[in-house]
Amino acid sequence: MNINPHVLYIIIGAMIVTAIPRIIPFVVLQRLALPKPVLQWLSYIPICIFTALVMENLLVRTETSVTFNGQVLMAVFPTLVTALWSKNLLATVVVGIVSMAVVRLLWMG
Amino acid sequence: MSIASELSGTKHDSLSFLQGVKDCIPTLLGYVCVGFAAGIVGASSGVSTMEIALMSALVYAGASQFIMCSMLAVASPPSVIILTTFIVNARHLLLSASLAPYFSKYSLWKNIGIGVLLTDESFGVASDKLAKGGQVSDRWMNGLNITAYLAWIASCVAGGILGNWISRPEVFGLDFALPAMFLALLISQLQSVHTSKLKHRLLLVLCMAVLMYPLSWWVPSHIAVIVATMITATIGVLTDK
Repeated sequence: MNINPHVLYIIIGAMIVTAIPRIIPFVVLQRLALPKPVLQWLSYIPICIFTALVMENLLVRTETSVTFNGQVLMAVFPTLVTALWSKNLLATVVVGIVSMAVVRLLWMG
Repeated sequence: MSIASELSGTKHDSLSFLQGVKDCIPTLLGYVCVGFAAGIVGASSGVSTMEIALMSALVYAGASQFIMCSMLAVASPPSVIILTTFIVNARHLLLSASLAPYFSKYSLWKNIGIGVLLTDESFGVASDKLAKGGQVSDRWMNGLNITAYLAWIASCVAGGILGNWISRPEVFGLDFALPAMFLALLISQLQSVHTSKLKHRLLLVLCMAVLMYPLSWWVPSHIAVIVATMITATIGVLTDK
């Protein structure tokens, strides 16, 4: 149960750089009224960012190329079906975890 | 008068701190699984349980914590670790900017409090509520954020303690909790889009998916996420009538 001073400095530095991007827009936009096209642009962020985060997990970057992660691809299908069918976040996460565990069990030996 | 107070009563309920706590519950499994995995990875990278606790409480960012632990394990220079952490989390600029206009009526300190605890998932729950025509308040957002925050710290610490016995959390598929949650949040967003706009939104999803591929060749994936989102949101504005 000890904290290495070197690790502590890194954690504090990381705290500052993770807090800044989260706080700045709230501070700036608290006193700034945005024009309609900008608000519309911001309204597309949820759909775009969640697609990006799913894609980020699907792609693997190697030294020479970018390919699809086969295991993730296999686990995505049952997860997607659950999301569409159940419309339930918790059920989707459970099916996702179980699918991934099964895929890894079968393909990792 | 009675109708007015009744209306404000129901409005108040859906915006209360307690409702925020309740709305966080469906995402808790995701936090627990990923926090658990982060704790295990931390422990197997030689990060002490106290350091894991401090990291989860102060940095409070899943992907960053994984990367920080693996970089600490190979003794990367502090400046490189901190810069990498910044890049991995820079997308929060977009998340915060997207949500901030709904909180501009609150004080500066309340805004800072909401922003500092914002995560992909709490952003997801809030934007989902807004997409379904709901409203958000400072108390509701704090209930959501603080519940997630406490669950995250507890799961990271639990993972850190158990990490002495389990070294490969990926075997249990725990790491897939996050992509599964992102997928569910994406589908939920699309399901709350009006039918007349659905085709437009699906084209944006397609555009994102296609853009991510070449961008991942050229830049690190965390930057690809930001660039692809900015391009596609712009296309969205230009193509929406």
